[in-house]
Amino acid sequence: MTISRRTLLGTGAALGLLTACGSNTGRDGGGSGGEGPRLSHWYHQYGEAGTEQAVKRYAAAYDKADVRVQWRPGNYDEQTAAALLTASGPDVFEVNGPTLDQIRGGQVVDLTDLLDGVKDDFNPVVLAPKTHEGRIWAVPQVVDMQVLYYRKSLLADAGLKPPGTLDELVDAAKELTTKKTKGLFLGNDGGAGVLGGTPLYAAGLSLVTDDGEVGFDDPAAARALAKVRELYAAKSLLLGAPSDWSDPSAFVQELTAMQWSGLWALPAVRKAFGDDFGVLPFPADGPDGRPAVPVGAYGAAVSARTKHEQAAKEYVKWLWVDRTDHQRDFALSYGFHIPARRSLAAKADPLTEGPAADAVRYSTEHGYAEPLLWTPASRTAYQDALSRVIKSGANPERELRSVVRKVSAELSRVQKRSS
Amino acid sequence: MRARGAGSGRAGRAEAGRPRGPAGRAGTGRAPRTGPGPGARAPLARRLAGPQNRNLWFWVFVGPFALGLLVFTYVPLGWSVYLSFFDAHNTVSPTEFVGLDNYTAMLKDEAFTDSLWTFAVFTAFIVPTTFALSLSLALMVNRLRRAQAFFRSVFFLPAACSYVVAALIWKMSLFNGVRFGLANTVLGWFGADQTAWLSTTDPPWYWLVIVTVRLWLQAGFYMVLFLAGLQRIPPVLYEAAAVDGARPGWQVLRHITLPQLRATSVAVVLLLVINAFQAFDEFYNLLSDARGYPPYARPPLVYLYYTALGQGQNLGLGSAGAVLLALVIAVVTIGQARWLGLGRADEKGA
Repeated sequence: MTISRRTLLGTGAALGLLTACGSNTGRDGGGSGGEGPRLSHWYHQYGEAGTEQAVKRYAAAYDKADVRVQWRPGNYDEQTAAALLTASGPDVFEVNGPTLDQIRGGQVVDLTDLLDGVKDDFNPVVLAPKTHEGRIWAVPQVVDMQVLYYRKSLLADAGLKPPGTLDELVDAAKELTTKKTKGLFLGNDGGAGVLGGTPLYAAGLSLVTDDGEVGFDDPAAARALAKVRELYAAKSLLLGAPSDWSDPSAFVQELTAMQWSGLWALPAVRKAFGDDFGVLPFPADGPDGRPAVPVGAYGAAVSARTKHEQAAKEYVKWLWVDRTDHQRDFALSYGFHIPARRSLAAKADPLTEGPAADAVRYSTEHGYAEPLLWTPASRTAYQDALSRVIKSGANPERELRSVVRKVSAELSRVQKRSS
Repeated sequence: MRARGAGSGRAGRAEAGRPRGPAGRAGTGRAPRTGPGPGARAPLARRLAGPQNRNLWFWVFVGPFALGLLVFTYVPLGWSVYLSFFDAHNTVSPTEFVGLDNYTAMLKDEAFTDSLWTFAVFTAFIVPTTFALSLSLALMVNRLRRAQAFFRSVFFLPAACSYVVAALIWKMSLFNGVRFGLANTVLGWFGADQTAWLSTTDPPWYWLVIVTVRLWLQAGFYMVLFLAGLQRIPPVLYEAAAVDGARPGWQVLRHITLPQLRATSVAVVLLLVINAFQAFDEFYNLLSDARGYPPYARPPLVYLYYTALGQGQNLGLGSAGAVLLALVIAVVTIGQARWLGLGRADEKGA
C-alpha cells in the first residue's frame, strides 16, 4: 500500500487531536481512594528523603475524602499565589504564610474554629503570624528554626570559644578562614536573604513593633548591619557554594567552619561529624542586644475557591490537629523539625539531648517569627538594602533611612484598609 | 522570544482542533441547504466562501492562529493595561480604581528605574559583542576549505541548549565560588585566590558570567545567519576587487563583504536587540535564590516578575511596570527600524 501525503498528514492530525484530548497528566497517584469529595492537597518539595511517601501515606489513611497529594518542586510560593487566583488551584495547601494580602483578599478560609480547645497547645510564636485580627488562617504544621552550626574541634584548635557576641563572631570567622576553608557560610548572597531581620533582633530591635510601626528606626540597626558587612569585607564568608544555606553540604564538605542553616540539617551534620559540632543562636550585638533565632512554620490553609470547604476543613483538622501520631512522624522521622504542638514537642525524644536540645531551648528563649505585617514589599526593600550594605559597602544609615520610609508607607497601606 | 515561541506553539496546538468545529459545521450544515434550498441564502453563502472557497480556506488556515493570538496575546495585553489602573493585590478582577497612582509609584521606584538602566547597559554591551563575535566566527568558518560542516555544527550546537540548563552549568560548575569550580581551578594554577563570581559586586564579576553564557548560547546561531549571507556574495565581486588591486583583508572586508552583508546585519541587530530586551532566563537562573534576587543585574522583567507574580502579588503595580516597559521597547524598536532603514535594506539586498 502506498501512503499518500494526504493520508499521512490526515493521520498525523488525527493522532495529534487524540493526544491533545488525553486527560492523563501523569499527576495522579497519592490518591487515598476514600469516599466523599476529591480534595487536592499541595506540598512544596521537602529535601529530606521519605517525606513525600509519608504525606501520601497520611492522605491515604483518611477515609472521608479522596485526597490527592501534589508534591510540587520549584517556586512553590509563586505557584500557589498564581493558583489561588483560579478555581483550578488546590483545595488544601501548605503555605509559608499566608501573606497579609492573601488573607485580606479573601483567598484563604478562616480556620479559627478548628483550633477550638487546643489553641493554647500550639507554639504561640509561630501561631502569631498566622493570626490576623484574632482569626487564625492556617494551622501550623511544624516549627522550623535556623541556627549557627560550628565545628568544636576547629574552634578549639584556633583557641576560640563559641562566639557570644556579634563582634566575637566576626573575629572568629576571620580566624577560622584559611586557604581551603572559609570561616562562615551565610548563603551564597552573603546573608542578605537568609539573615533578614535577624541582626536587627540581635541588636534588641524588631522588624515591626507591636503597635504596627517600623521597629528598626534606631542607630543600633546600622551598627549591627555594618558588622555583617565586616564579615564580607574581611573575606571570611563562603560565597558561591554549589548548594545554598539550607543544605548542610558546604559545612559537611568542610568548605566552611561555621554555617547558618536550619535545624532540619542536624541529622546530616551529626552523621558527618558525630559529636564534633555545636549550635548557637545568632549572637547578640550591643548593650541592648539579645541572641536571636528565627522560627517559622509552614501552615496548612484552605483555599477560598475550593468547592468542598467543609470537607477540606475537616481534613485539615483531622491531619494537623487530631492525628498527633502523624504530626510526630512528620516532624521527627525525616529531617528535624519541632512539632508545632507544645505537648508533642515536650515528648519528642530526639530533641531532648545534645545540640538538638540546645536548639530547641534557643527557639523557646530567643525565637522570633517575621510578623504578618512584614509584607513581601517591605521584605524586598529591606533585603535590597541589606545586600547593598553587605556586598557593596553602602552606608547602612542612609540605606536604612530609605527602607524605613518605604516600610512605613507599606505599613500604613495595610493598616489603613483594615480599619 | 523563547518563552513566547513556546507559548504560541502551545496556543497553536491547543487551538488547532477547535475551529474545525465551526468550519466543519459551515461545510456540512450549509451544503444541504445550498442544494435543495433555492432561496437567496445560497448565493450569499457562496459569496461568503469566495471563489473556489478561498475565504473559507483562508479562515481555516489563519483562524486558529489569529484566535490564539487574540486569546493568548491581545486579551492578556489589554487586561494588563486595565489592571494597571487598579489597586490589584492578589486579584485579577480588582475593584479599587487608583488612576495613574501605579504609574507614578513605578516611576518613582528606584529599583525599577535602576533595572531599566541595567537593561540599557546590558543591551548596549551584548549587541555589539555578539555581532562582532558571530561575524568573525562566520568569516573564519567561511574560509575553511575542509571540515567546514563540522565547525559550523560545532559552533551552532550551543544554540540548541536551553538557557536554563546553560545557566545552571555556568553557575554550578564553571563559575561557582569554591576552589573546585573550573574558573577557580584555573586561577588556582596561578596561585590566585578563589573568587565568588556571582556574589562579587566590586569588581562586578557577575557580568562576566552573564555575558559569557549568552555569548556561548547565541553566537553560533547568528554565525549561521552570517554564513548564509556570506555565501550569497557573488565571487565575481572579489575577483573584480582583486583585479582592481584591493588588498585582501581589511580593505576587501570593509568595501565588499560588509556592504554586501547589509541585509543580514540589519536582521541580526534587530534580533539581538529583541533578545536582549527579553533577558530573563539566564539572569533569573544565575542570580536568584530561594529568598529572592539581589539588587544588582536585575533586568526589568525579573523585577516585575517579583513584584507581580512573586509573593508580593501586586498585579496592578506589576502591570503598570509592564506597560511602561512595553512603551520603552516600542519607542526603541520604531527608532531602530527608522535608523537602520528597514525595508530599504531589503530592496538593496535582494
